[in-house]
Amino acid sequence: MGSAASEPRTAQHLAPTVDRSVKVLVVGAFGVGKTTLIRAVSEIPMLSTEESITTASVGVDPRRDEKRTTTVAMDFGRVTVGSDTALYLFGTPGQRRFWDLWSGLADGAVGALVMVDTRDLAQSFEVLDQLEEHTRLPVAVVVNEFPDSPRHALDEVRAALDLPKGTPVVSGDVRGRPRAVEALTTLVAHALELRRAEGVAA
Amino acid sequence: MHSDGYRDHPVRSYVLTGGRAHPTRNTLRPETLLRAVDDGRELPGTAGRHERALLQTCRGTLALAELAAYLHLPVSLVAVLVSDLVDGGYLAVLSTPVHDLPDTDLLEEVLDGLRGL
Repeated sequence: MGSAASEPRTAQHLAPTVDRSVKVLVVGAFGVGKTTLIRAVSEIPMLSTEESITTASVGVDPRRDEKRTTTVAMDFGRVTVGSDTALYLFGTPGQRRFWDLWSGLADGAVGALVMVDTRDLAQSFEVLDQLEEHTRLPVAVVVNEFPDSPRHALDEVRAALDLPKGTPVVSGDVRGRPRAVEALTTLVAHALELRRAEGVAA
Repeated sequence: MHSDGYRDHPVRSYVLTGGRAHPTRNTLRPETLLRAVDDGRELPGTAGRHERALLQTCRGTLALAELAAYLHLPVSLVAVLVSDLVDGGYLAVLSTPVHDLPDTDLLEEVLDGLRGL
């Protein structure tokens, strides 16, 4: 498939009844399966949009880019839920500086799906820390099962990542639509629970 | 955004947006839904090709990020163009932006929708 961002495409418009939008951030390190999940859920071929950033702040070896400017791409997809709501899935690396490239990206989001690779749990720490530190976003963790990744019990993953109590953890091969939709459903249900608890507390 | 060394193709963006770096409204988000206003009014002759392409692409409903992807322009730049077109009455903002976190009604509907997929 490929993202084919450079090919001209005919716009795939939403149904005329849709007049509301919500978003979920799909967050994780490079190669952890963000685009796989987005692609599995999206009703349109995955889209990509780029912003410029200085290489110094991306952490790319500046010696390899004399102009010291590079672009960062954000892949995203969309699925219509019900008759009037479009749900957008924005894939972004874990560091806050990337979210800030797209103005208001985290503001108003339902929550963040944090993709975790059990072969490299350490890189997930930073992602979770950043989310906790800079946002109030509800978080659900998705353990993407790669063919060669060790199978950990979800409780082990939870303990290893030191997740706040109540944070849902789901696992599975997110190439399949049912698993990917399940991950989203889990996040939205968790967000709703938190919101209701907030209402009770208020 | 204007720290030393920040070079967002300065000349090009400056020209495309008529010299402005920020949109006239700050309620635009990547997921904000937009649609061209279909009242037969033509864009003034001074409008650029990007404004024209934007309206053409937005004959049906699309989010700001989708417009940017189809036009191969950064979201930050498209937001400026969109703002102007909304101010001029050529483009309509369909969705109200959610701030902070979505309310329970919206979350319930999204959940129902997801379960119905």
